[in-house]
Amino acid sequence: MPEITAQLVEEHNLTAEEYERILRILGREPSIAELGIFSVMWSEHCSYKSSRPHLKRFPTSGAAVVQGPGENAGIVDIGHGWVCAFKIESHNHPSFVEPLQGAATGVGGILRDIFTMGARPIAVMDSLRFGPVTERADFPGINAALNRRILRGVVSGIAFYGNCFGVPTVGGEVVFEPCYQNNPLVNVFALGIARKNEIFYARASGPDNPVIYVGAKTGKDGIHGASLLASAEFSGADGQQKRPNVQVGDPFLEKLLLEACLEAMHTGAILGIQDMGAAGLTCSTCEMGDRGGVGIEIELNRVPQRETGMTPYEIMLSESQERMLLVAQRGREQEVMEVFRKWGLDAVEIGAVIEAPVLRVKQHGAVVAEIPNRALTEEAPVYDRPRALPRRLAPLEPPLSWGPRTGAELAEDLRKLLGTPTLASKRWIFEQYDSMVRTNTVIGPGGDAALLRIKETGQGLAMSLDGNGRHCFLDPRRGARLAVAESARNVSVTGAQPLAATNCLNFGNPEKPMVMWQFREVVEGIAEACEALSIPITGGNVSFYNETEGQAIYPTPVLGVVGLLESVERHCTAPFQNEGRSILLLGNARTPGHEFRITFGSSQYAQTVLGALWGLPPEIDLDLEQRVQACCRRLIAEALVESAHDISDGGLAVALAECCMGKSVGAAVDLPSGSDPLALLFSEDPSRILVSVPGNLLADAKRIAGEYNVTAETIGTTGGKSLRVTKGGKTLFDIPLSSLRLPYEAGLELAVEKAGVGCEVSGART
Amino acid sequence: MKFGVVVFPGSNCDHDAFYAVEHALGEAAAFLWHQSADLAGCDVVILPGGFAYGDYLRTGAIAHFAPIMSAVKEFAAGGGVVFGICNGFQILLEAGLLPGAMLRNRGLRFICRPVHIRVENTDTPFTSACQPGQVLEVPIAHAEGNYYADAETLESLERNSQVVFRYSTPEGEATDAANPNGSLHNIAGIINREGNVLGMMPHPERASDPLLGSSDGLFIFRSLVRAVAAGQNIPKVATAARG
Repeated sequence: MPEITAQLVEEHNLTAEEYERILRILGREPSIAELGIFSVMWSEHCSYKSSRPHLKRFPTSGAAVVQGPGENAGIVDIGHGWVCAFKIESHNHPSFVEPLQGAATGVGGILRDIFTMGARPIAVMDSLRFGPVTERADFPGINAALNRRILRGVVSGIAFYGNCFGVPTVGGEVVFEPCYQNNPLVNVFALGIARKNEIFYARASGPDNPVIYVGAKTGKDGIHGASLLASAEFSGADGQQKRPNVQVGDPFLEKLLLEACLEAMHTGAILGIQDMGAAGLTCSTCEMGDRGGVGIEIELNRVPQRETGMTPYEIMLSESQERMLLVAQRGREQEVMEVFRKWGLDAVEIGAVIEAPVLRVKQHGAVVAEIPNRALTEEAPVYDRPRALPRRLAPLEPPLSWGPRTGAELAEDLRKLLGTPTLASKRWIFEQYDSMVRTNTVIGPGGDAALLRIKETGQGLAMSLDGNGRHCFLDPRRGARLAVAESARNVSVTGAQPLAATNCLNFGNPEKPMVMWQFREVVEGIAEACEALSIPITGGNVSFYNETEGQAIYPTPVLGVVGLLESVERHCTAPFQNEGRSILLLGNARTPGHEFRITFGSSQYAQTVLGALWGLPPEIDLDLEQRVQACCRRLIAEALVESAHDISDGGLAVALAECCMGKSVGAAVDLPSGSDPLALLFSEDPSRILVSVPGNLLADAKRIAGEYNVTAETIGTTGGKSLRVTKGGKTLFDIPLSSLRLPYEAGLELAVEKAGVGCEVSGART
Repeated sequence: MKFGVVVFPGSNCDHDAFYAVEHALGEAAAFLWHQSADLAGCDVVILPGGFAYGDYLRTGAIAHFAPIMSAVKEFAAGGGVVFGICNGFQILLEAGLLPGAMLRNRGLRFICRPVHIRVENTDTPFTSACQPGQVLEVPIAHAEGNYYADAETLESLERNSQVVFRYSTPEGEATDAANPNGSLHNIAGIINREGNVLGMMPHPERASDPLLGSSDGLFIFRSLVRAVAAGQNIPKVATAARG
């Protein structure tokens, strides 16, 4: 057995103080296996040691919440005897090192988190962030070829896993920013449904009950995925060197595991179940024991292994995919085994529940590790890391000036925005995903939110996924509030009532006071917005160390919101449906002129057209936000509006263009004379929704808006085959829909498929 | 009448086909486990979409060795109606119940989107409720749907009106731009010479509810109900599969 040296401790990413603590807990030197176990369980990824104290700030309770944070997924009650389970997970580091397998196993991991609760996954969304896929003159360090390669790999990985498993990928977001070049973000949000009386928890119980290992055999892949990969910065050649730390996925096996687990749960013989994700067998054994106030003893000889001669260290730390651990009732284990046999899966009793609250690992009958559960879970180190307000990283005032734009220039600006990969159609990506399997996809990729029908109840479940790193970089707290509001607004425009949220918090190195300050501010912002909008957080994930060579990503919280529509038929979509309808702008809160100069620096227009970043994101009035969303839901419920679309990136102009392109119904919009068209068309003020209303219902719609004290200004009319914008009746521009569609449809595809050509269409600066 | 939906371990459109039959069509449906050789008295056997055994080798390559496939072959040989959708079509090709083979899509990527298909032959149990030349909007979702056959086979398929569905524009023109995957002759679905076994890449079960965008797939399912009710091509399963 190797001697535990200071160097070995350091290689395990444990500090000298942490090692002292291990010695105190055990009262002796750890074995190498024990050192490995501590190192993964105390890693940032598994222990949340830097984030835990702050996460307590989140509101986590609400009428519908059945299960808040702390389990494999959050659960909310949707009525009629059904619940939905949902959660988001990051797989950022693995996706940089090995994009296809990194993303694939990210999908696999979150799906297991859902079905381990007894819920059948019904939809997945992905939030993806990459470096730019086109060269940019203003950022000399862009490696577009690398970014395209990572994008292709990640998209292939998601398609590879989700399509075969049989879960529809129904949307998400894809954003390109230079800061994600060496730290792409892959956050996967999954949702499933279960009967309320058939929820399963990851708790062991009843001493002597059998502990059963099911699924794939354990191999040497993914060892230290959680501790060395996800809990440290990248430097130099890490991209290549850490490939062996990435797991390899088998979606067919996962599909078998899903069916077998749900069927085995149905026997009633399973008491507790947890997937083996990060930290594999280690995490599932000590966490299940701890939650149940008992211990688990396992014999490694019985663990199905892919190769001979694996050490206890390797078996306990392997992150081989598609494995589950369950506790069954003694005497009924055969019923469980039979189900797994039917599906052709390994199911082996590897140990038993014990009274002592410890994780005890044996090999050939001899104890090779014995650690109190608590030391690995609740009592893992927690750090209140120092925080420091950073100096402003972007100027507050505009670094450049811009004059009034002619109508033709505004039209060109709009086309440029529509073609920029972040705003352009993501068709090239989402058509590679099966978005329809299980035949529940009412609104699929490309909508503000996705909407799934629940066959069993006739309800609809809406899902949206949003974040804005640029906003949070400029002001983390404001940015986080905006992200919550936008994600919830995306749900509301389908007609669904937001029920609860999950979040994925992507940050740089938490040991840097500036990063910790950003983190704390983001947590505060999310908490404030969730409280104001009555959206509890039921769980989530923190990903730190998204940093390479000292360069951190923008602080990037991503919010997944789930909403409920009692009758799925009564939903709304973004595209204008018919000609001759009035276009209403709900909640037109215009930012005053001087503030506009500051907030405009956070917009897509500033980035794409002006090539600059400055200022602050817009301030949001959460009370107004709440009223605008409630008003929109009411208008949809009363069937007064035919379409509803959230105004976000690219402002009113981009939102109008999107509404027109959907069903090829044009629009004519008039801006007040004396107004600044640039500000009206491209500012990204929050709390605004575009709806279209038939003339005979206009009065009713406005009356209801009045009830919510929400302005509902008629800004134009639908019709024709172009988007025409006038100011005081004088034409600014009149762009045929085909001319809008060209950059919008081709912007991303050209950028990915044919580098270089894409620059023209996408409007990148030359 | 009863539809049987075969369940391979990696089938993932089995529930969708089952639901379309039960809810959109209002007919009885039963799942048929891949390791069984009993077709449970079904009038129509559906081989649904998915990744039968993972399809890491070649789509459908392993599935045709499954016990249920022996029963399906016997059933088909006796004139029973067999309907392969997507992966089911791929399996029928591997099993030799239909001619030709699938190549990877010409763009080498998985494609999921609604497409239009033109009905080329309404004189089949699968299309009798359609109008000649009718265009249906039905989604595809596959990575290997690029139909290939040698010139002789193609010629024979065309001559015998065995090409039942062709990718087309919404107006019904079978152009190259309307061909999503590179299939020869824009072929989206073919039938065997005897007219009782059909395979198609598009998913009619996904187009069985206006809520999800299209209900054109119901023309196909309704045709089957009509055919079975009229006693067309239906040997008793008991004699075909077990006898």
